[in-house]
Amino acid sequence: MTLKALFAASATAALLLALPANAAELTVGFSQIGSESGWRAAETSVSKQEATKRKVNLKIADAQQKQENQIKAIRSFIAQNVDAIFLAPVVSTGWDAVLKEAKEAKIPVVLLDRDIDPSGKDLYLTAVTSDSVHEGAVAGDWLAKTVGDKACNIVELQGTVGASVAANRKKGFDTAIAKHANLKIVRSQTGDFTRAKGKEVMESFIKAEGGGKNICAVYAHNDDMMVGAIQAMKEAGLKPGKDILTVSIDAVPDIFKAMVAGEANATVELTPNMAGPAFDAVAAFKEKGTVPPKWIQTESRLLTATDNPQKEYDSKKGLGY
Amino acid sequence: MTMLLPRRGLAQILALIVILAVDRVVSPQFFDLRLQDGRLFGSLIDVLNRGTPVALLSLGMVLVIATRGIDLSVGAVMAICGAIAASLADSHSLPVVLAAALGAGLVCGLWNGFLVAVLGMQPIVATLILMVAGRGIAQLITEGRIVTFTSPDLVWLGNGAILGVPVPIAIALGMLILTGAVVRGSALGLLIEATGGNARASELAGVGTRAMILAVYVWCGVCAALAGVIAAADIMGADANNAGLWLELDAILAVVIGGTSLFGGRFSLVLAVLGALIIQTMNTGILLSGYPPEFNLLVKAVVVLAVLLLQSPKLPGFAGIMARLRRTKP
Repeated sequence: MTLKALFAASATAALLLALPANAAELTVGFSQIGSESGWRAAETSVSKQEATKRKVNLKIADAQQKQENQIKAIRSFIAQNVDAIFLAPVVSTGWDAVLKEAKEAKIPVVLLDRDIDPSGKDLYLTAVTSDSVHEGAVAGDWLAKTVGDKACNIVELQGTVGASVAANRKKGFDTAIAKHANLKIVRSQTGDFTRAKGKEVMESFIKAEGGGKNICAVYAHNDDMMVGAIQAMKEAGLKPGKDILTVSIDAVPDIFKAMVAGEANATVELTPNMAGPAFDAVAAFKEKGTVPPKWIQTESRLLTATDNPQKEYDSKKGLGY
Repeated sequence: MTMLLPRRGLAQILALIVILAVDRVVSPQFFDLRLQDGRLFGSLIDVLNRGTPVALLSLGMVLVIATRGIDLSVGAVMAICGAIAASLADSHSLPVVLAAALGAGLVCGLWNGFLVAVLGMQPIVATLILMVAGRGIAQLITEGRIVTFTSPDLVWLGNGAILGVPVPIAIALGMLILTGAVVRGSALGLLIEATGGNARASELAGVGTRAMILAVYVWCGVCAALAGVIAAADIMGADANNAGLWLELDAILAVVIGGTSLFGGRFSLVLAVLGALIIQTMNTGILLSGYPPEFNLLVKAVVVLAVLLLQSPKLPGFAGIMARLRRTKP
């Protein structure tokens, strides 16, 4: 065989190998945390939908909340030589070794929903996450706009003490209302992100604030606590959504049910679609070599009772929330 | 009734009064009561209502602890039974829903009792199995979602009222009377105490210790099931991740505050429930106080320490006062 023939043969082989890749048949491995919340379940189902839409072959590995399972999953994705790896890291540290392996195998890694320690910044392509400080700010801005110049006493249902999301959502909201002297947080307690605690804490707020007459608005760090708080207000003979304004974060289906019933006013969406932007970033990187920014911020949509809550409910109820 | 409320309850009653007084100071309207939609409404009612799950758990837990056992699985059993009740609520009648949920609690109790009484496992390890696996089972039932329901019958169990008294409080009271009547109205209570005091000696004396142990775990499971149903009815949904989370520890704490020793033997149902109320009075007080939430656990720990010190026989100051108080009582 001459050198020329060998060259031609290898070129043909290369072309044949390259063909399927050109037909946009991306294979992506996704190491998901596990079933920790309804939102997580929704994220998984939306990821599948987005993959089908783009004809991406998505392999999901459920880590059952364990880092060692995630590391195993990533190693197996590397062995399968996937085109990209999505990782929703269960903790922020301890990823250096396995992400270096991925980098050596030239497989881009995209972080979804959560970030890792800044020391690992060179080891991943981009992170698609929501800005929880911004979410709090959107909620605060909505309230400031809705209340206008009226004096307004706000009670706040915080997330779990020590959780970074809770601290950030508080910070964003505080900053937003700091510009308005008429808005004041009079009570703030943790409801641990749950319905039961949200209800219990709201009951005590109502008693402590003159049967709820002194409360003008409730801000909850997530919708579940707000659903509990709405029940507490109703049982106290108050009309949530009218006597007391409500604004919370996450946009789970049940908050839209409350909006349809006129019992909730606004929510800020934490989109379960983190995979969509990630697929687009990977496709652009693979095809054109476009390096995405290190952080892709998802949109924090404000959804109120005027934004057709029934439609939002219908579109979200099947996602596994 | 003298059997139900022994004179050793003085420390607990004193602790409850002190905490109630502190609550009155941090929240002047603490004792205000009014009717709202045919239901009593006020902080005091909140204490009783929110204290119901732990009070129910402590009713089962105190019997288990009296046999020198412990049941770590009650929180998980709550989650399982709440999940079952919520899944069935909209398609079945209340009796069917209750039978299924309480039946599941009974089976869970049987499992624990079997491991401890028949296989002779250490209670803390035996019940740890269901504590871990149970939450997984509950998540399987709900498929990781919060299962909501609208069935008015089940909602009534959480939010309804009988003559103004919220249904959960009435249920807890009913369970206290029923449990008291069964264990103190017969020799059963004595046999349970004998089993916990010295299982070997009791066995030789003809007490069916195995049956006793099996029975208390079953009852503990049923109480946990009821608590789970009420917790689900309260929020009109079953939250498998969070329902009953860490409540097993509160229930054990309630029993200990109630003066029942973890080494088994003598127990008091009323004081265990009183212990649950002490915990909840404190929790509600913390919520009303307006302190930043970072202090919640610290305040709770300090109060629990104080209550337990109050009961400590080794602490001369308090013990002396308590002894004198007891002597002066007619």
